[in-house]
Amino acid sequence: MVRDTNRHFKFDWITIILFLLLVGFGWLNILSASHTGADIDYFTFSQPYGKQSIFILLTFCIIIVILGIEAKFYERFSSIIYILSMLSLIGLFIFGKNVNGATSWYAIGSMTLQPSEFAKAATALAVAKQISDLNTNINSIKDQIQTFIIIIVPALLVLLQNDTGSTIVYGAFFFVLYREGLPKYYLTIGISVIILSVLALKFGTLITSIIASVLILGYYFLNRNKKKVTLLQSLFVLLLSIGVSFGVKFFYQNVIPPHQQDRISLWLRLEKDPMKLQQMKKTFAYNLNESEKAIRSGGFTGRGFMEGTRTTGKFVPEQHTDYIFSTVGEEWGFLGCSFVVILFVLLLLRILHLAELQKSQFSRVYGYGVASIIFIHFLINIGMVMGLIPTIGIPLPLFSYGGSGLWAFTILIFIFIKLDSNRINEW
Amino acid sequence: MRQFFLFVSIIFVGLLFLSRLFYLQIYTSNEHDLFDDNAIRKVYDYPKRGFIYDRNSKLLVANQPSYDVMVIPREVEPLDTLEFCSLLKINKEQFIKIYNRARRYSPRLPSVFLSHLSKGDYAALQEKMRKFKGFYIQKRSLRHYQTTIGANVLGDIGEVSTSDLRRDLYYRMGDLKGKQGVEASYEKILRGVKGIKFIQKDRFNRNIGPYKEGKFDTIPEQGKDITITIDAKLQEYGELLMQNKRGGVIAIEPSSGEILAMVAAPTYDPNILVGRERSKNFTKLFNDSIAKPLFNRSLQGVYEPGSPFKLMNALVGLQEGVITPNETVTCYAGYKYGNRFMKCHCYIGRRNNLISGIQESCNAYFATTYRKILDKEGSASTGIDTWSKHVKSFGLGNFLNNDLYVGQKGRIPDRAYYKHIYPKTFYSTYTISNAIGQGEVATTPIQLANMIAAIANRGYYYTPHIIKSIEDKTLPEQFTKAKYTTIDKTHFEPVIEGMFQVYKKGTAASLQVKDIDICGKTGTVENFAIVDSLKTQLTDHSIFVAFAPKNNPKIAIAVFVENGYWGSRFAGKIASLMIEKHIKGKITRKDLEEWILRHSLEDEYAKPYSGEPFRINGQTRSQLVDDSEYRRLKRLIKTSQNPIN
Repeated sequence: MVRDTNRHFKFDWITIILFLLLVGFGWLNILSASHTGADIDYFTFSQPYGKQSIFILLTFCIIIVILGIEAKFYERFSSIIYILSMLSLIGLFIFGKNVNGATSWYAIGSMTLQPSEFAKAATALAVAKQISDLNTNINSIKDQIQTFIIIIVPALLVLLQNDTGSTIVYGAFFFVLYREGLPKYYLTIGISVIILSVLALKFGTLITSIIASVLILGYYFLNRNKKKVTLLQSLFVLLLSIGVSFGVKFFYQNVIPPHQQDRISLWLRLEKDPMKLQQMKKTFAYNLNESEKAIRSGGFTGRGFMEGTRTTGKFVPEQHTDYIFSTVGEEWGFLGCSFVVILFVLLLLRILHLAELQKSQFSRVYGYGVASIIFIHFLINIGMVMGLIPTIGIPLPLFSYGGSGLWAFTILIFIFIKLDSNRINEW
Repeated sequence: MRQFFLFVSIIFVGLLFLSRLFYLQIYTSNEHDLFDDNAIRKVYDYPKRGFIYDRNSKLLVANQPSYDVMVIPREVEPLDTLEFCSLLKINKEQFIKIYNRARRYSPRLPSVFLSHLSKGDYAALQEKMRKFKGFYIQKRSLRHYQTTIGANVLGDIGEVSTSDLRRDLYYRMGDLKGKQGVEASYEKILRGVKGIKFIQKDRFNRNIGPYKEGKFDTIPEQGKDITITIDAKLQEYGELLMQNKRGGVIAIEPSSGEILAMVAAPTYDPNILVGRERSKNFTKLFNDSIAKPLFNRSLQGVYEPGSPFKLMNALVGLQEGVITPNETVTCYAGYKYGNRFMKCHCYIGRRNNLISGIQESCNAYFATTYRKILDKEGSASTGIDTWSKHVKSFGLGNFLNNDLYVGQKGRIPDRAYYKHIYPKTFYSTYTISNAIGQGEVATTPIQLANMIAAIANRGYYYTPHIIKSIEDKTLPEQFTKAKYTTIDKTHFEPVIEGMFQVYKKGTAASLQVKDIDICGKTGTVENFAIVDSLKTQLTDHSIFVAFAPKNNPKIAIAVFVENGYWGSRFAGKIASLMIEKHIKGKITRKDLEEWILRHSLEDEYAKPYSGEPFRINGQTRSQLVDDSEYRRLKRLIKTSQNPIN
């Protein structure tokens, strides 16, 4: 009996409260961004906000189910869950419905389901399982490759379905692997490649090569007495850097499709032709331009709930999905936006904190996976809406409109809450 | 260390986002442009356009309301088209045509369905308007001319063009703007400044009140009324006299430079450019490439001045000391230079001094004078520059820099001008036709009127202008400061005496008006046109310049009548009548008036277009107007003399 009454308090209520706050506040903004009529029918199926109300109600059923299942189930069945999830992605090639150029949906009557959202949670489970396996040594190349395959398979599948945004999300597992002991040079290489790419695109390959030469050779000459690096090594790295910068330039100019080229050129301010810029602002950059304007017009306190002129005027297309943060910006201002950003940061830090407390490696790795996936979404979505990074279409977790996304993140988070609640039993 | 990598990343991104938010929402928040915000409705409050009065405070131009039926196609609901069409006095086909055009333009934006409803139609429609969803009535202000004269003076207003919109950010699509005449040159004063209200729209596109309590709203500034220098009576009389003729009449008050009348013929009734028929009528006027009613001949018509220009040569000759008033020149019914000959009306052997030279318009006298001026310093090259400088000091050969919307420079040549024709040798005989105002010299009627005003003032003029007063504002110095010519005051008296003799016993002796001492000068100008790609001579232009009275002049006038033959035939009569009208207020020379009203030059103007060979000048008979036209003109003259009017 005592055990039963304490049962509720084993769950981490801080995470749950943060979760509820985000979902609730998200719904308010979806309501504001999507409603058109004078009467608000909270559970209508004809309006996004009404649908979202129903999705949220169903979310609670999902939560009860997830918390009701034995914690060990997730670890034991993670492989099967992963395989089923991959099959559902493959099935899209046959049964998938095409929406806005991406074949990412199953249509069941008037409902649509996006399996790629759930695949993230399945992959997180599989990665946790793989790494926590006693036989796995993250420092061995063979195990690294095995782990990479688990991550790359879903990433490739969604890429083939034209869902670039979701592909990038799988990069989140880098944080997980790094935490679990992935050699440092991966981090060094990763960061170097990113910096080289940006430099090569922004300033051209020549300047990038010169910068790389100065830095690498400078490092060599400063440290040559300590015998840490040889000249040959330095020259090799330098050659590699130059190769990367040329490769990126080539890739940018010849491989990636023009519409993504435009997004990058706008982000890096590469386009100088005012006519072309004007053209961009009217087409793909229209959303970005309007969402920045909406956020800017919010000021410190915002225009008030349901009073945002740009939100109610439907000036930002897709505002209730990927651009929901611009509604917060216009109607709730700096205060509301800071509130959302802080909620996300607190949620992420809370999950990280709990992950570090886990006794089992599976739970810890999974917790890290959860935090990393949410973090990447948070970074890309809000960064994009505020014009900090190029336009990549992924939703803001728990906030954006959409059943699949909401449920997938709920599953992701609550499996972790369940695992965490079990930590006490593992004494 | 590894445990903290993601932790630090999260904190870093959080802080980055907060600082970006700070930048967007607090630091650059004021950059929010109200005009750019499509969530704020901008409602313009148009001020009353200023009225225009004549110099005697007679109202010439006022405003009238006009009602446009507007439509927003998306909001239109099924309606009783039959009733709607009968209210608007259109048929169903037209309805469908206009509606489809509006929908093609934009289903969401309002477009004009039918413009300029009459007051009666408006009243009937207003009652029923609520039945027709998606349609509404918009009130606009149009010009209301209180007169049928002065189209070329007053001008008109019309919707701004796309180039206006680019040039001046004040204007918005659909705004009205002065297009010609005073409406254009005093646009900024007449229009005032429109006010703007920013209205917050809610999600149903309804107005929910002023944006930020009207903090950014502006109040419209009313347009100012202006009084122009035109004497409506004189203007009307001038326009009547110029009926069935082409040309320009400019009358100036020498003591102030005020333009008393500015007639361009043919003209049109300004009322036809108001309302629904505007664009149709404008196109008609615009496309008339023969009579060119939109061409303001009194300002833009560049003509060779002919004999009136001899006055200039007399003045320059006196100033340069190459002639004296009493020195005589013998005329051999013309002037022989080299192996060429310039004809003259004088009998062979007549000896002319300055006064009789002007009186008889002796070509030989002025050819001699012109050559003396140019050859004074031994070189015609420097001589012509001196001559040119003196002539230009009368405002000829350049823009007058006044407040009229259009103008022409005319042409007063100097050595540089002739450089490409005569690069090496240059003798005074090369340009001898300048002596009698033909050849390279060219002037507009207003320039010539101004020259006469300068002569009437004995040496100075005020820039001719059309503005008399603008409510509380003072006129710019450019119009109130006398401009002096380079001719000394004493040299004017003999020339004026010559002009006086023109009326007493010279070429205009038949045009005398009792009790008024008029000084004038006739002009008969040869002219050519390209007919069937051949340079063909047409009947001479009839030109006359005059001022009166001789002492303390009240009016200076220049009259150009195209193809009117000799100077006193048309132009001289019109000038005399205008002078009498201005000074006495009534006409005693009824015979002159009759003659002018009776005679038409339309026949003359039709000749070059007839495609048949034609004869000019004395070989043709003058055309009379038919009786109905004559009676119409008489009636108009009568009503114009009605004191109540």
